[in-house]
Amino acid sequence: MTAPVEITLGVNGETHRRAVEPRLLLSDFLRHHLGLTGTHVGCEHGVCGACTVLLDGEAVRSCLVFAVQADGHQLTTVEGLAPAGGELHPLQQAFRDTHALQCGFCTPGFLMTLVPFLRDHPDPGEEEIREALSGNLCRCTGYQNIVEAVRLAAERA
Amino acid sequence: MSRGYVGKGVRRNEDRRLLTGRALFVDDVSLEGMLHVAFLRSDHAHARIRGIDVSAARARPGVAAVYTAEDLGEYWQPGPLLVPPPPVEGLVFHPVTQVPLAKDKVRHAGEPVVMVVAESRYLAEDALGDVWVDYEPLDAVVGLEAALAPDAPLLHEQLGTNLAAFVPQQHGDYHAAKAEAHLVVSRRFHYDRGAGAALENRAVAARWDARAEELTIWDTTQAPIPIRNGLARMLGLLESQVRVVAPFVGGGFGPKIMMFYPEEVLVPWAAIRLGRPVKWTEDRQENFYATTQERSQIHDAEAAFDRDGRILGIYDRFLHDTGAYAPYGLTIPINSQCTLLGPYDVPNYDSEFRAVFTNRTIVTPVRGAGRQHGVFVMERLLDIAARELGLTPVEIRRRNYIRHDDFPHQWKILFQDFAPLWYDSGNYLPALEKALEMIGWDAFPAERERARREEGRRLGIGVVSYVEGTGIGPYEGARVTVEPSGRVRVATGLGTQGQGHYTAFAQIVADALDVDVEEVSVVTGDTREFGWGTGTFASRGAVVAGSACFAAAAAVRAKVLAVAGRVFGVAEDEVELAGGRVRPRGAPERGMGLGELSLLANPLRGAVAPGSEPGLEATAYFGPDKGSTASGVHAVVVEVDPETAMAKLLRYVVVHDCGKLINPVIVEGQVQGGVAHGIGNAFYEQLHYDENGQLLNASFADYLLPTALDVPRVEMAHLETPAPMNPLGIKGVGEAGCIPTGAAFAQALEDALPELALEIREIPLSPNRLFELLGEAERRGES
Repeated sequence: MTAPVEITLGVNGETHRRAVEPRLLLSDFLRHHLGLTGTHVGCEHGVCGACTVLLDGEAVRSCLVFAVQADGHQLTTVEGLAPAGGELHPLQQAFRDTHALQCGFCTPGFLMTLVPFLRDHPDPGEEEIREALSGNLCRCTGYQNIVEAVRLAAERA
Repeated sequence: MSRGYVGKGVRRNEDRRLLTGRALFVDDVSLEGMLHVAFLRSDHAHARIRGIDVSAARARPGVAAVYTAEDLGEYWQPGPLLVPPPPVEGLVFHPVTQVPLAKDKVRHAGEPVVMVVAESRYLAEDALGDVWVDYEPLDAVVGLEAALAPDAPLLHEQLGTNLAAFVPQQHGDYHAAKAEAHLVVSRRFHYDRGAGAALENRAVAARWDARAEELTIWDTTQAPIPIRNGLARMLGLLESQVRVVAPFVGGGFGPKIMMFYPEEVLVPWAAIRLGRPVKWTEDRQENFYATTQERSQIHDAEAAFDRDGRILGIYDRFLHDTGAYAPYGLTIPINSQCTLLGPYDVPNYDSEFRAVFTNRTIVTPVRGAGRQHGVFVMERLLDIAARELGLTPVEIRRRNYIRHDDFPHQWKILFQDFAPLWYDSGNYLPALEKALEMIGWDAFPAERERARREEGRRLGIGVVSYVEGTGIGPYEGARVTVEPSGRVRVATGLGTQGQGHYTAFAQIVADALDVDVEEVSVVTGDTREFGWGTGTFASRGAVVAGSACFAAAAAVRAKVLAVAGRVFGVAEDEVELAGGRVRPRGAPERGMGLGELSLLANPLRGAVAPGSEPGLEATAYFGPDKGSTASGVHAVVVEVDPETAMAKLLRYVVVHDCGKLINPVIVEGQVQGGVAHGIGNAFYEQLHYDENGQLLNASFADYLLPTALDVPRVEMAHLETPAPMNPLGIKGVGEAGCIPTGAAFAQALEDALPELALEIREIPLSPNRLFELLGEAERRGES
């Protein structure tokens, strides 16, 4: 049951081939096997959204996906949004400009939720934005500045 | 000269690392050969342990060690008492603190019983299933009043009681005041438990370097230095052999300053014993059982008023639930006792509380730390009295505020820092007037009627006040260093969990040295960088450590001027410091950068001048003997559907006075986030325990944190009454947002449905509970 299974997947444009136990969560695979610790784990039951990553361009909760299910797919994590030391992604820049993060633990999950949201809703209204954010929990900010960040990023695009 | 960063909404220095996923959190620590921990936790709230069999777990492949209390030997000790009881006459205090692993008895569900260390977390959790514990279940103590019943089961038999503490505090003579009163109102108020619910669960990682004889611990603590000091003592090491790092921490809110959590004691010990790095990361379910909680109190309170609605006195008797152990002393109920007085002139006060042990998770401060209970009781008493006297809620508050010329305001009871409660400064009436203007108080009755008549919508308004004692001692320190690169390094001892210390402290130092704020690099929460201090709690980080940064930067500035004077051969007051450069007045061509100057202050030849020190570096401390009192007014508009009991906050106004603002954008973020936390406490978040002491909603699916759909935009205004106790004039702000939220919400709900004559005396509410209360009120109205 726990015999390793070989998987091949792309993460942030790089191909990885690993043998993993079928029960290994995608979140643990990314964090502890690939060292991509920007993806955070807040609840491991799919509510808080901190572990959100893109799977073939769509937001998924990596704590609700097994690594083996990502076999053959393309993933993007927060580390893939902006090159190290390079310019921030427009959404990251908007978060900084509007003080949309405090402790920053939930932030990668918000960013990864919002990337496809803004792609599909280039000019969202406040209600739409709040609806989009409602699947991610933040204990620090009270969300207002995250709403502002989304608006700013949309305006700048 | 100053660039005037203090007071500006400077963007944060720490954000880039956080936004790109490159900030280090404790669970990100990954070390060669690292082992992973899982804990077997008690299924029972109260049970005797008759036996534990770990042999199968030990035999499982991949398991490195399994420990029970017996295996800890001499290392098994109850934790230290974090805060001793205050010197109050008549005080009773039974200090019983938590243990690393339960030995003979478990006292709350989730208490750790067995520790498994294995090659992976998955394997460690597998092995938990191999452990067999023989429990003899005992009746659980869940309710606060039940805890003191004569036949109550005892948590700690040696005490002969479940009473943890009794603290009476008085000033004036309440009974004499009551005898003169025109109106006396007395009611019972309930406040129930919630979770801190930081998005990051707790984690501890430890590495013992046998060759260097050094222990490094990464810990999600709010207080790395006391953790280092305590662990050094427990492990028989020098403090200098132990380094505790609280790197980026994903939210604190109080529970991350419990000392010591069993896991904090055990993980470093196991790392030394096994000679391999060891890490434990809490999962969310463990967080609900094992991370400390707050808020259960029952108040029987009474207030006496004269004919005009002026408070003659307050009388309060309350119960406080401290959970299974009381490691944090009496901070929370003393905060409740003191903060109840609020911004009001209360000439006579008679308050006693009893803290009780219950078979529930340990209680230590959670954002607000008891203050909101006191505020809720006082604000509700005022609302009830106002109704009896035919006054508006606003008018009764106006009549009772401490006058602006009555500061500092001295009380005769002791605050949580053991100094007599004292309000350093304040100006309450302007905050009220501003809030009324912003919420549209005068026009609201017409709007309420219009909405009801034309749209069938039920709107209510609420306006409440509070004070918050912030910025208490004992002290914090900071070291400021100008590096040869010209960049400035600031080190301070407290931990940071999102408050923007990397930026706020940089602003203070950048102003003093007239350098670019992005050139100031702040490090917090690493005992190797700075080893003296206490921690981040009681809304004190900016006030106390910020003032230490200010003092250290001023000392470095003095050194800069002295060294530059010598280098240039001019008097110190002939040296100009601007733009990160020094120059003799009137001779800009002779200028040099601070980095270059720092090299001249640290020469390879020649001598450091007598009476001076090498380098451009200084360390300073700030220790206020009293705190500073922040204050504010919250005003809300609520819409409630009387059929479904669903309530929605339509508007939320905060007029806040935290003295001088270092960074208004950060302050507003703290207030907005605090309000969100307060909304959760008021209407969504409640930990439901059954009669056996089992927590019924230990997941984010069942324990509801407010989402972006539940938290409105908070409209804010700042008043700045400078604090006289620190050089920057600042007061704390971290907790303020969540303190009066429940009281504001309750008043507004009552206002929305006047025909029901609702009287809300409990927090948290929920749509379900409000539905019940509405039903009761309707039936009362019909009978």
